[in-house]
Amino acid sequence: MSVATDLKQPEAQPSPESVKMAGRNVSVFYGEKQALFDVDLDIVENQVVSLIGPSGCGKSTFLRCLNRMNDTIDICRVGGEITLDGQDIYDKAIDVVELRARVGMVFQKPNPFPKSIYENVAYGPRIHGMTSTKDELDEIVTTSLRRAGLWEEVKDRLDQPGTGLSGGQQQRLCIARAIATKPEVLLMDEPCSALDPIATAIIEELIDELRERFTIVIVTHSMQQAARVSQKTAFFHLGKLIEEGPTEQIFTNPHHQKTQDYITGRIG
Amino acid sequence: MTDLAGGNVQEINSIHTSDEARARLAKRYRAEGNFKWLGRSAIGVSVAFLLLLLSSVVSQGIPAFTFNFAQLPFQLNAETLGTDGSDANALKKADYDGLVRNTIRGEFPHVTSRKGKRLLGGILSSGAPVYLRQQVLDDPSLVGGTKTPEVPISDFADLYLKGQITPSSYVDGGANLTFALDDKSYSIVADQPVFTDQLKAAKARLAVQAASLRDEQAGQLRSAAKLEGDIVAYKERLAAGPEADVKERLEKSLEKTEEDLKLVRVRIEQLASKADELDARIANDGLGETLTADMPSALLYVGGGVLKLTSVTNSTATAEAYMPVAEDLSAAAPSDWRLRNMEVVEANRKFSDQEIVWTDELVERGYIRNGFNSIFFSRGASREPEMAGVWGAVVGSALTLIVTLALSFPLGVAAAIYLEEFAPKNRWTTLIEVNINNLAAVPSIVFGLLGLAVFLNYFELDRSAPYVGGMVLALMTLPTIIIASRAALRAVPPSIREAALGIGASRLQTVTHHVLPLAMPGILTGTIIGMAQALGETAPLLMIGMVAFVVDVPAAFSDPATVLPVQIFMWADFPEPAFQQRTSAAIMVLLGFLIAMNAIAVVLRKKFERRW
Repeated sequence: MSVATDLKQPEAQPSPESVKMAGRNVSVFYGEKQALFDVDLDIVENQVVSLIGPSGCGKSTFLRCLNRMNDTIDICRVGGEITLDGQDIYDKAIDVVELRARVGMVFQKPNPFPKSIYENVAYGPRIHGMTSTKDELDEIVTTSLRRAGLWEEVKDRLDQPGTGLSGGQQQRLCIARAIATKPEVLLMDEPCSALDPIATAIIEELIDELRERFTIVIVTHSMQQAARVSQKTAFFHLGKLIEEGPTEQIFTNPHHQKTQDYITGRIG
Repeated sequence: MTDLAGGNVQEINSIHTSDEARARLAKRYRAEGNFKWLGRSAIGVSVAFLLLLLSSVVSQGIPAFTFNFAQLPFQLNAETLGTDGSDANALKKADYDGLVRNTIRGEFPHVTSRKGKRLLGGILSSGAPVYLRQQVLDDPSLVGGTKTPEVPISDFADLYLKGQITPSSYVDGGANLTFALDDKSYSIVADQPVFTDQLKAAKARLAVQAASLRDEQAGQLRSAAKLEGDIVAYKERLAAGPEADVKERLEKSLEKTEEDLKLVRVRIEQLASKADELDARIANDGLGETLTADMPSALLYVGGGVLKLTSVTNSTATAEAYMPVAEDLSAAAPSDWRLRNMEVVEANRKFSDQEIVWTDELVERGYIRNGFNSIFFSRGASREPEMAGVWGAVVGSALTLIVTLALSFPLGVAAAIYLEEFAPKNRWTTLIEVNINNLAAVPSIVFGLLGLAVFLNYFELDRSAPYVGGMVLALMTLPTIIIASRAALRAVPPSIREAALGIGASRLQTVTHHVLPLAMPGILTGTIIGMAQALGETAPLLMIGMVAFVVDVPAAFSDPATVLPVQIFMWADFPEPAFQQRTSAAIMVLLGFLIAMNAIAVVLRKKFERRW
């Protein structure tokens, strides 16, 4: 998409950018109904991209296409091309399990497994055979919980049920669980919508730290959040990608009237 | 809207505070109260019925949990058995029938008639020799030893000892008696009218007979009247001068009817005279009566023996000895004798006065031991209630259910997982779903017919075998398990699936690691419902021959067996009162089996639920 490349501004990128994931003409249908129309979007490595837009605009749908979570919906069809490191993820040669190991996801509602905190984090590494010894697994669990900023709070009760934590802690546990499999891209679907402002602030800080290691795509309803955490923002409206660009530019100088209307609260 | 915004607050509030509003509110509360009351009474009624059912089953079945065994002084030695116990083969072939027979006869040497001996043998179970043989084979040291093995007594003797044959009451002697022995019959003369009660009871019985004669007479009178009417009608038609052939037919009919009328009149005469005769006997207090089997009987305990009254007047009686009395008995003071009146007449029970006297004697000699009914809990079916056990059916049920569970649980859960988690939602899966739901409603006997046609006739599997029964019941249970499992799987929040899929678990890993453990309590509930259904199922098992009369306790899945409900069904059909008790006891065993099964399921459920 020519507009997208035009919009990229070198000064917004701290390092030479390389496209981690890219969508080309992505269309999604739920049965007869089309939910996404020809979306083109590049996701740059070690950046945070936020997808904003009113409810039902297709931003979550797009996010779920990036690790093929839409596969679980029978009536969902995806057209166009989505690539991860230049490879089409909807190609038959791509294994969906491997893809999801590389593209992790954190959901809107914290959904820890009804198992212990340790088991929650250890589950991913275990099924992917990432470790051979208990020590290595312990190491991964510790690092993941540390990176998710949860270690200090739970280090003494790793055998307690993950569902017994508070909402914010649960969401950080889910983040720890997602990063324990060492994904390359981390998808976050409104991760703070069920959390109070303090928990939100903690997670936003976390996202900023995680950017160093992961490429992050976040769907959010909070304009402030998008402004705070992301380097790039894409605005969706009625299944179409209206505008994308560096966050600063989108919020200060949007090219499209609709973007302007949305960020100023006139539509949505 | 403008009104609301306009702030006409008072008017708005009055909608909810006016009298009508209050009345509406009261009505709502009343409806709620009525519903609660109805619910409570529904629960109360069902609890009451349940208690009624349980108490009736328990009160009927409890007596079958104990049994009376006879510990007779069996002479188990080389002389009677023909072997000293070292040769197992000879022990097997020894004449235990003769041994048991001779031992009981040895206790009552005065019984000499063939009939009496046979009756005496009937005090013990006909299974007693088998039971004795088994004990000797199990423990050859009994031969020549001092221990006394015990054998079961007959079902009616057992019932008698449990007080279920007839109530009886003792009356202490109220007069001096003198006895005169004439051949085998004693003539008894009392100096007071002490046999009045027996005579009255006998006369009351005659009155009943007279009343039934009068009833029959009334019936005959009615038919006589009808015949007379017919004769008049025939005569009228003849008088009208009918055609020749009709006339002939009418004359024939008339002739026959007149003959019938004559016969009826004779019968009426007979009935009337018999009834009159009985009435005369009843009216004459002084006249003695012979005590027949349909009159309440009386036993006279005197002189160390027992006499049964055979005829009575107010103060005299004749009697025969049921247990020998002292040979020189000629008189008895009031304190030396007493009368025992049996309430249920002898003709209405299967245990005669003679047998009662002998059984009492065995008790008195200390041969009878009342204990836990080990036979009932260790043996298979038998035609003799005292030798019949429920254990064969319990083992049969257990074997059958093991097969049912082993087949239906994995198949059902796997089918549910596939349909719920993997199968695409299309016309075919909808069709399958509808059919599974329909299968759950198919009458169980249809599954039995299927088992008969397919498993037995086509695949030629064993008849009456628990594994075939298990297969049939598995077919019946499958839909229940599938439906319950699908509901349980559907109830697992999708967020758990997303969480697992989101970190790269395969669909099967998602299901086995996360969804299935969470659904397990629900699946187990469905399974236990299905298994409970299978446990109580009779009809399909009848079709595949599990209704066979199986004496041996099954030891393998292919042994012929029966199951608890079928056993109950068969016993309920037997007329012996002892089988009625065993039916109730078997129902209790079935309920116990069910409770044990449910308890296991509850424990398993708890185990899975503890994993948050």
